[in-house]
Amino acid sequence: MQQFLNVTLTGLAQGAVYAAIALALVLIWRSTRIVNFAQGAMAMFTTYIALALIEAGQSYWVGLLVALVSGLVLGALVERVVVRRVEGGPELNAVIVTLGLFVGFQALAAILFGSTFVSFPAPFDLRGFTVGGVNIAFTPNSIFVIVAVIVVMLALVALFRFTNLGLQMRASAFSQEMSRLLGVRVGALLTLGWALAAVVGSLAGVLIAGGNLVSPNYMDAVVVYGFVAAVLGGLESPGGAVVGGLTIGLLLSYVSGYLGSELVALASLVILVAVLLVRPQGLFSHAAARRV
Amino acid sequence: MSTSSDTRPADARTTGLEVVGLSASYGPVTALDGVDVSAEPGRITAVLGANGAGKTTLLRTISGLVRPTAGKVLLGGRDVTRAPAEMIARAGVAHVPEGRGVITELTVEENLRLGALLGSSRKRTRQQLDDIYTMFPPLAERRGRHAHTLSGGERQMLVIGRALLSGPDVLLLDEPSLGLAPRIVAQIFGLLRELVDDTAGERLSVLLVEQNARSALSIADVGVVLNLGRVVAVDSAAALAADDGLRHAYLGF
Repeated sequence: MQQFLNVTLTGLAQGAVYAAIALALVLIWRSTRIVNFAQGAMAMFTTYIALALIEAGQSYWVGLLVALVSGLVLGALVERVVVRRVEGGPELNAVIVTLGLFVGFQALAAILFGSTFVSFPAPFDLRGFTVGGVNIAFTPNSIFVIVAVIVVMLALVALFRFTNLGLQMRASAFSQEMSRLLGVRVGALLTLGWALAAVVGSLAGVLIAGGNLVSPNYMDAVVVYGFVAAVLGGLESPGGAVVGGLTIGLLLSYVSGYLGSELVALASLVILVAVLLVRPQGLFSHAAARRV
Repeated sequence: MSTSSDTRPADARTTGLEVVGLSASYGPVTALDGVDVSAEPGRITAVLGANGAGKTTLLRTISGLVRPTAGKVLLGGRDVTRAPAEMIARAGVAHVPEGRGVITELTVEENLRLGALLGSSRKRTRQQLDDIYTMFPPLAERRGRHAHTLSGGERQMLVIGRALLSGPDVLLLDEPSLGLAPRIVAQIFGLLRELVDDTAGERLSVLLVEQNARSALSIADVGVVLNLGRVVAVDSAAALAADDGLRHAYLGF
C-alpha cells in the first residue's frame, strides 16, 4: 500500500511536467499544424540560461523568471525567423525544420554550456514528507511542481476563455482565412502562440531539472513522453493534453515501480502504438466531429 | 451600429467601393480580366454569372485574399489594392465567404464577439450584440451553443450578424442563398433590403454575388453580369431582369 501511494504521487508530479510539455505541443499544433520536435531542446536551452544565472549567484527564482522570459523571446524568434517560411507548405518541410532546430539547439548548448552532466538546484526540500512515522516519496518540491503547472494551466484557460486576445487566437487556430476577413492579425497571433508554447515548455524544463542532473539531451525522454501524452489527449485539446500528461505520468510510474525502470521507454512506445491503433483521434479530440 | 467608422474620413461614407480594371489569375488561368465594378452606398449591387465566371474571385480579390495582377480597389476613394486581408477588413469591408465562414468550433456568441472586435468598447459590444439578438431571435436562443449545431438558415443569420457587428461600409456576400430553402432565402434577402434602406444603414454598400439571379435581381438596385472573368453587362436590376437574351445567355432563368 505504501509503495502504491509512493508510486502514484511520484507519477502525478512527473505527469504534471509531461502535461506541460504536451500543452506546449498542442498550442503549436492547433495554430500551425506543426509538431514542434524542437520543443524539448528549446526548453533545455532556456533551462541552461537559468542554470548559468543560478551558478553566477542569482536566486532560483530569478533563474526561473529569466528562463520563462527567454522562452517567450526564443519561441517568438523561432516562429518569425525560421518556422514562418515553412508554415502552410508541405508538412515534411516543417518536420525537417523543427528536427533541424532540435539538433541545432542541442549542439549550441553543448558548445556554450558543455556536454557533461551538471546538477540543477531544487527550490524546495527533496526529502519526502513523513506521514504517520512513514517516509513517503512525495516531496515539498513535488508540490511546487504540481502547483506551478496548475497555475500556468489556469492562466492559459483564462486567456483562451475570457479574453478577446484568446478568442482571436482560438479563431485563427480554427480558421485562418475567416479570422483574417474579420480583421484578426493572424500572423502576429501565430508568433504569440509559439512564444506562449515556449514559455510553458521552459517551465517544464526548469521543473523537471530541479534536483536532477542536466545535460544538452536531458529533455529528450521528457519530450517523447509529452508527445505521447499529447497524442493520447488528441493533439487538439489543451484539456486532453493535461489529462494525457497525468495519465502517462501515472502509467509510467507504475511500470517503473512494479515492473522495472528499464521498461519505461518501452511502455511509452506501447501506449503510443495502442492509442494510435485503438483511438487515433485521441481521447478528447473534436477531429472526428470536424471531418463531417 | 458602427463605431470604428467614426474615425474614417468623411468621403469614405459617400463613395463606397470602386473596382477599376481588376485582373487576377490562378497560375496560367485568368480568373478576372479587367473588371470594373462599383458598389454605391445605400444600394445593393448584384454580381451575376455562371459557375467559373469569376464572381467569387472578384470578392476574394477585393478583400485581399487573392492578389490582383492588375487594376485597383478603391475604398471611399482610398487605394487598398494589395493590402493584407486583415487591414482591408479593418478599413471597413466585411466579406461573408461562400459556405458562410461560420467558425463552427466556437459558440454563436463567440462568433459574434469576433465580429464586434473591430473597434468597439466592451460596453458598446454588449449593446450591439443585443441589437443583433433582437434582429435574429433564433441566435439569441442559441448564443451559448457551438455554431456547428446551427441550421443553414441560422448560420446565414450568424454570419450576416457578425459582419454587421464590424460596422462595415461595404458588405460582400458570396452566394448567401446556397443550400437554403426558398422561404429562408426570401427572408434573408428581405432583411438585406431592409438593412440597406434603413436610414441608419444608409451608408452600407452591398456587393451580392449570386447564382440565383432571379432572387438577387428582385432585391438589387444594379446588376453586373460576369462571363469568363469579364463584365458583359451593367444595368439596373429591373432592366437586366427584363432582357430576355441576356437572361437566357448568362443568367439561366
